[in-house]
Amino acid sequence: MNQELSSGFTIASSAPIAVALAISALLFVIGLVGFLCRRNMIIMFLCTELMFQGAALAMIAFARLRMDVSGQVFVIFILTVAAAEAALALGLVVLLYRKRETLSADAWSDLGES
Amino acid sequence: MTQLTSIPQAIIAPELSWVGLALLLPLLAAVACALCCALRVKGKAAAIITILALAASFGIIVKAYFAYTGPVQVPIFQWIDFEWGAGQFQSFNANCALYIDTLTLFWMLFVTGLGTLIAIYASEYMEGYCGSGYSRFFFGICIFLFSMSALVMGDNLIMLYLGWEGVGLASYLLIGFDYARPAAVAAGKKAFIMNRIGDLGLALGIFMLWANYGTLQYSELFAAMNKGGQTSVDWDLSVIPFLLMLGAFGKSAQIPLFTWLPDAMEGPTPVSALIHAATMVTAGVYLIARMYPFFELHPEALATVAWVGGLTALLAATIGMAQYDIKRVFAYSTISQLGYMFLGLGVGTSFGACYHTLTHAFFKALLFLTAGAIMHGFAGQLDLRKLSGLRHIPGWRIVSWTMLVGCLWLSAFPYTAAFFSKDAILLQALTSVRADFRFLGWLGLFTAALTAYYTFRVWFRVCAGPLHFEPGAEAHSESHDHHAPSTHAAHTTAPAAKSDHSFHPHAPRWAINGVLLILALGAVVVGVPAYNQAFAHKDNWAQQMIAGSSAMQGAGLAEDHGSQASVEHPKVLGMDAHTGLTIVGCTASIGGILIAWYFHLGSRKSADQLRAALLRRWWIRWVPICMENKWYVDEIYHFCFRLPMWLGSQILYFADRHFLDGVMVDGLAKIPIAVGKLFRPLYGGALQGYASTMAGGIALVVAWLSWIWLRGFN
Repeated sequence: MNQELSSGFTIASSAPIAVALAISALLFVIGLVGFLCRRNMIIMFLCTELMFQGAALAMIAFARLRMDVSGQVFVIFILTVAAAEAALALGLVVLLYRKRETLSADAWSDLGES
Repeated sequence: MTQLTSIPQAIIAPELSWVGLALLLPLLAAVACALCCALRVKGKAAAIITILALAASFGIIVKAYFAYTGPVQVPIFQWIDFEWGAGQFQSFNANCALYIDTLTLFWMLFVTGLGTLIAIYASEYMEGYCGSGYSRFFFGICIFLFSMSALVMGDNLIMLYLGWEGVGLASYLLIGFDYARPAAVAAGKKAFIMNRIGDLGLALGIFMLWANYGTLQYSELFAAMNKGGQTSVDWDLSVIPFLLMLGAFGKSAQIPLFTWLPDAMEGPTPVSALIHAATMVTAGVYLIARMYPFFELHPEALATVAWVGGLTALLAATIGMAQYDIKRVFAYSTISQLGYMFLGLGVGTSFGACYHTLTHAFFKALLFLTAGAIMHGFAGQLDLRKLSGLRHIPGWRIVSWTMLVGCLWLSAFPYTAAFFSKDAILLQALTSVRADFRFLGWLGLFTAALTAYYTFRVWFRVCAGPLHFEPGAEAHSESHDHHAPSTHAAHTTAPAAKSDHSFHPHAPRWAINGVLLILALGAVVVGVPAYNQAFAHKDNWAQQMIAGSSAMQGAGLAEDHGSQASVEHPKVLGMDAHTGLTIVGCTASIGGILIAWYFHLGSRKSADQLRAALLRRWWIRWVPICMENKWYVDEIYHFCFRLPMWLGSQILYFADRHFLDGVMVDGLAKIPIAVGKLFRPLYGGALQGYASTMAGGIALVVAWLSWIWLRGFN
């Protein structure tokens, strides 16, 4: 297990930056597609979190590439803020649910044209 | 023919500034009347203030007349004073200053005198309006007197123009006094607009005078004339008199701008008497008399004035013959008499014109005031077919007999004042060297016969004959407060007040009767200068007055005629000019009166028979039809001016509505709407819609940035 771990780490450390960026882009696109396709507000919120993490992963990858820790520090902050924001957003979702008795985003289109 | 005599030069006399009170008092009275109006004073305070102010103003003018020694210029305060260089045409001055010469005094004496008398008359006539327009009426009168004084006494043409517009405004306000009646409002607008046309000419004339002489002060203008006229040759001077003339024709109701005056009779009768008969309409005569030297430079301008005057006199007289409304007959007679004044100015006797203005002011004010008294007493009845024999009613004797005086004067009955003043004009015309002036003289004599006929048509119908009358439309209307409240109450409470037989015309009281008597006396008194000349061979006061002013050159012409007479004695019908004219004039006047007596007193049926007979014959029927319809002048103006303007306004309205508004404004506004419609599907309200727009936008930006980035490597 340790072996595997250490060997896996070695593989990861020697892997080109492209792999990390590809995973980051994949996370972002999954989040984006989910956000555009789903109507459930909780799922949509989760999708925004996925996009967030994709961006954070890209930051870590670049920090590793340039051997600069400030990118990693920044990600720590992002995670903290994301946690706070998740609490807030879930609270909002609960309030919206209470108003319309549904979680569908389509229930909230009053500002639209026509 | 024109031998330039020098115009007396005015001296500057600041010590005479008290004469300016004659200008200030009516203005202060106007302010006081406006306050009465604002405070809703129910009594006659406004009338008392007005009468006192006008009487004081008249007193000041009388004092100025006795203190008069020669033409003076009285500075009061500096009003307009620009200077943009040292040269002659590089400054513009128009001070509030008075120019007092005999012409000014001559005019101011009858303007303020008649103004006072008519204000007294109006204090009784308008009492039905106490608390509802009484103060407003006297405000108008005060504004009028102030403006007229500024017009006559100002020492420059800007003051004259100020007064000119001011009297126009006062006239408009007073014609439309009864603003609830659409006819009165329409008449007010008509008078104002037609006067505007004339005022355009006057304004252009003033501009041209400044452009040529660099000053608008009479004293400097006359000094320039004495030096031999023109100081600049850049402009064509001959248009100046024509432009001034247009202003005079508008204000004095001459062809082509006369149609407003008959309609102005919609105003209260004292206004008709004061503004539209005695004073304001003579402003045109005053303007030409004041600027006479400029007219004398251009004989063709004077000829135009003469022709317009002569033709207006004839045209208005023919219309006056066929009207049934007493006030309208008198209105047309006013136009006709003003025509005589212009004829006098045109043929070169400014004395005759000004003297006729004076006599006319008295007898025409008198006639209008008697008509007003009748209208007042008979509930608005003015149709001369429905009134007869008023002199048999006890309370109406003064009105009847003073009206007879006015009618005799208007018809120039032998040895009345108007007979002499009209003769002075016709004599000058008939003895002129110009054939067309002699023709105008004969035309004037023919018009005099018509005048005598239509004047006495009114008197024989209304005052003479069997007693018979129908009250006017206002007799039974409870709401109309034209009558004195007390008499009105007496009428309506009487049980049989509803029938015509029990209608009691309420006779005028002391204010109206007194003013009528004074005016009748005045009409006699103004003849005194002429009697002096004709019988005592003394100097004619009026002639002296005019000869001492800037209008003197006309008088000079009259003297020329005297010297001419010694060489070649002018003859009328083969007799001495004076004798011949007296005989012809008497014949015309008495003949007209006799014809009127036959048709309108002797046998009234024959007048209707004559009319019917004329209407039966196709070759003559156009004459009575045209006369009764005022020669269709209003209709012609309507067709030539109002209709094209109305059509033009409709076309412009269409263009504005459909092109400017439709295409330019609404059309442009459609562009953003259309663009918005194009993008509207993107904002359907669905969260995903917004999100995909945003994602698409980001994708575009990223694509663009990467394209730039990749290109940078190549």
